[in-house]
Amino acid sequence: MIDGTATAEPQTVSRRSTRFRRGEFHAFAGDGAPFVYMTPSAAVYRLDDASVAVLDTLAQGDCSPDELAQALRSRFPLPEVKEAIEELVRIRAVEAFLETPRKAPPAELPAPSPAALQRASGKRVPLSTLVMNVTSKCNLSCAYCYEYGEDRLSEASDKPRFMDEPTARASVDFMFAESGDQKLVNLTFFGGETLLNFKVLKAALGYARERGATLGKRVEASLTTNATLLRSEIIDWLVENDVGVTVSMDGNKEQQDTFRVFKGGMGSYGTVAPNVKELLARHTRRPVGARVTLTKQNLDVRSIYDHLAHTLGFWEVGFAPVTTSWQRDYAIQEDGFYDMLTQFQSLAAEYLEFALAGKRHKFSNVRDTLEEIHKGLNKSHPCGAGMGLMGVATDGDVALCHRFAGSDAHKLGTVHGGVDHDKQQAWLAEHHIATKTDCKTCWARPLCAGGCYHEAHTRYGDTHRPNLHYCEWIRSWTNTCLEVYGTIAAKRPEFLQQFD
Amino acid sequence: MARVQPINKKARRVDADTLATPLAAAAAPDAAAGNDVVALQQGGAPTGPNIPLGCSFVFSPGWEVDSSGGTAGLCQPVERDLYDCYITCFWPVHVPDLYNHAPDWTAKCAAAQKDWRKIDLIFP
Ligand code: SF4
Ligand code: SF4
Repeated sequence: MIDGTATAEPQTVSRRSTRFRRGEFHAFAGDGAPFVYMTPSAAVYRLDDASVAVLDTLAQGDCSPDELAQALRSRFPLPEVKEAIEELVRIRAVEAFLETPRKAPPAELPAPSPAALQRASGKRVPLSTLVMNVTSKCNLSCAYCYEYGEDRLSEASDKPRFMDEPTARASVDFMFAESGDQKLVNLTFFGGETLLNFKVLKAALGYARERGATLGKRVEASLTTNATLLRSEIIDWLVENDVGVTVSMDGNKEQQDTFRVFKGGMGSYGTVAPNVKELLARHTRRPVGARVTLTKQNLDVRSIYDHLAHTLGFWEVGFAPVTTSWQRDYAIQEDGFYDMLTQFQSLAAEYLEFALAGKRHKFSNVRDTLEEIHKGLNKSHPCGAGMGLMGVATDGDVALCHRFAGSDAHKLGTVHGGVDHDKQQAWLAEHHIATKTDCKTCWARPLCAGGCYHEAHTRYGDTHRPNLHYCEWIRSWTNTCLEVYGTIAAKRPEFLQQFD
Repeated sequence: MARVQPINKKARRVDADTLATPLAAAAAPDAAAGNDVVALQQGGAPTGPNIPLGCSFVFSPGWEVDSSGGTAGLCQPVERDLYDCYITCFWPVHVPDLYNHAPDWTAKCAAAQKDWRKIDLIFP
């Protein structure tokens, strides 16, 4: 069925004829060839000349089959046009409807019905990733940090600064209990600075591996650190226990020391760089990545990338703009976003060059998006927070994700009492993409789905709000990644197999 | 497909699913109405993607008026009622005639949950 309202017509009006109009999609080019990204299915198709001509003609307004054939007769044989229409209708790039005077209303996204929610609550999304905030304390004081700085969310005063061992063990039990029949669970340590509580995180992972062996579940572990406290013994432990490491780092000495400073104001590059070198030299089994926070003062993506990827030799480098309210001095403003986009695009172009030559490039923002495009991810929610991913605060309170850990307003349960599943279901229903009116007509919604809840909370004080300050950026960036994807699909499709 | 080539994994899945729908029926819902809408009595749901229609599929009490004759105390929000009739029902009687008389009836209402106040009042 193509159009629910059209087929609902009673038989008495069946003498009306079929007309065609464009469906919802985003057109892009890869290696000069035309492609479409379908919204909402997230499918990617390559078009031939006849199908492009059909879509171009319909861009002028809707047409009857005759009008369409007439418009294209000089360029394509009729059977080709017909075939193109049929196929475009099948993928929904073209909609067939019965002739009526009305304009097309915006497609109604199916909101989750009470019945569907009921079913969903019976069939819970199992927990696949637990992020443990082992401490909320940090030995650096980066002004932009949401945990510590001016945009802090949790009332840290009434919470312990360090997670104790019993809570850590209870968190591990909680993780297994909520993981359903998942054979693989991910345990991620976060902070504060995780290594300030190395003793407890070590005990937690030991216990998790032991319990996992009994329960027949594999535990993948990872942690994020600022690398100031990475000693040789810790690196030994990371290697032995196969722990994935992400280092929060902002670039070369000058870049790093702009914000990533110790309490007294001394820059941290001098401490971090040698530690990172040792880590990279010895921890070779798991990819070690750098994660960069971009600010108004530190936006030179190219030189940051070169330093981290080449001078220091990280396996991959990912960038994210600082999450903050727009008034802050380090918030990236309008022109900064444009600048950041241009730089991302030039790194993406380099990624493409590498891909076509069969080489690995370290810019992980492209890689991650390509994988999502390839799989055709169509998100009901922007991320796994509150669904397959949850964050535990130092006192054992469970919240949406690590960024909300410790915030009572975003609590979903405790590691001792488990998840309040009714609350979780209600929360998920409220944050479903169907409730985001502004995203309704956006072609990028299968991938963006409104964006990070924490960003929205910081910006607008409300997790429900889509991050409209980013839309232009997100759409431009998604388009760039689609072009990269299309070009690879055209020239070196075997490269995409890694995302299968 | 000859003109449109599926590239990513999702496209291949869509392709496999929609192959069950005869192309002619997809392109001409009018002529192929017989194949397009299937009553459950005819032997269950068709293969391939399909949308169940009709209010008997959902629990929809509380139609036009509440016990006092108004709309304030309906057992579910009025916009839910409207959309049950408007989108999922084959019986376009409880709602404005969206085919002829009031085609843009809900044009300003992008999401019923938030915008239902923007649904036009229609006087027959
Ligand atoms: S937040 Fe903006 S870019 Fe993202 S889905 Fe919504 S409208 Fe699109
Ligand atoms: S809410 Fe934001 S920070 Fe939390 S998991 Fe989602 S994207 Fe990440």
